[in-house]
Amino acid sequence: MKFIYQTWWKVIAVLLVLSTFVTGLLFKVPRLPIIHETIRNLYFHVPMWMGMLTVFVVSVYYSIKYLRSGKEEYDIAAVECVNTGLVFYVMGLCTGMLWAKYTWGEFWSGDAKQNSAAIAFLLYCAYLVLRNSMDEEQKRAKISAIYNIFAFPVMIVLIFVLPRMTASLHPGSGGNPAFGKYDLDNGMKLAFYPAMLGWSFIALWIATLRYRMRLIEYKKNAID
Amino acid sequence: MPLTNMKKLTLLLLMLCSISVAMAQPGQDVEMADALRSSGKIYVVILTICIIFTGLAIFLFSMDRRLKKLEKDN
Repeated sequence: MKFIYQTWWKVIAVLLVLSTFVTGLLFKVPRLPIIHETIRNLYFHVPMWMGMLTVFVVSVYYSIKYLRSGKEEYDIAAVECVNTGLVFYVMGLCTGMLWAKYTWGEFWSGDAKQNSAAIAFLLYCAYLVLRNSMDEEQKRAKISAIYNIFAFPVMIVLIFVLPRMTASLHPGSGGNPAFGKYDLDNGMKLAFYPAMLGWSFIALWIATLRYRMRLIEYKKNAID
Repeated sequence: MPLTNMKKLTLLLLMLCSISVAMAQPGQDVEMADALRSSGKIYVVILTICIIFTGLAIFLFSMDRRLKKLEKDN
């Protein structure tokens, strides 16, 4: 746990994200119809989901650790990771809706990707509701840890697997190529990979801050 | 076979309709007066960045409030 108190990786994360504001807005991108300059959203919309995924993975890791050891800190880490992940989730949904409005025509067109993303969002909201519905600490921690471990693969299937198997407007779905082939022949990965890495660590950083705050709250409540 | 008046009128209407459809072919570019679609839709990207920053800012304020409460109790 010493890692979360170190500064170096936070500085790197900030520098990575900062660099994408320059490279992402100035570097050459492919000229595509309909998408036009909005292809640059790739550096801002997709990393939100990457950040969400990172903290959700960490959350599952701590949920498993909690079930193995029963230490309250692990439960706190798991719930704060989900809290942070949900904020990135909302930002990913909002930026996706805006992008959809100017490329697909509607904020919400009932696309497979959008619908399943909304369902998965409710799935994680249910996690927080479940937590708040129980008073007894150990029971709450145990049940929500199990719920979290099961919610994660369902979320992965809903967001990343099912939309790809049906017709969807979203890139990478229904035999529709993702942007992968474009970043290989253009310098797009020079901005895309730092954005993904940078935002992941920013999400992790916020989660650790919330974890540290909650740890103080928890310790104070234990003393009182 | 002479056409009745009714049939003539229908034919005229049909032809008028087909002409109006032919005339209404849109031009090559339907550029609308929509600010977000101008300059290659770059403002969509700007607004995306704004959404992300606003989200982070709201999140920061909520954490600030929580920390304040924590400090006050000490």
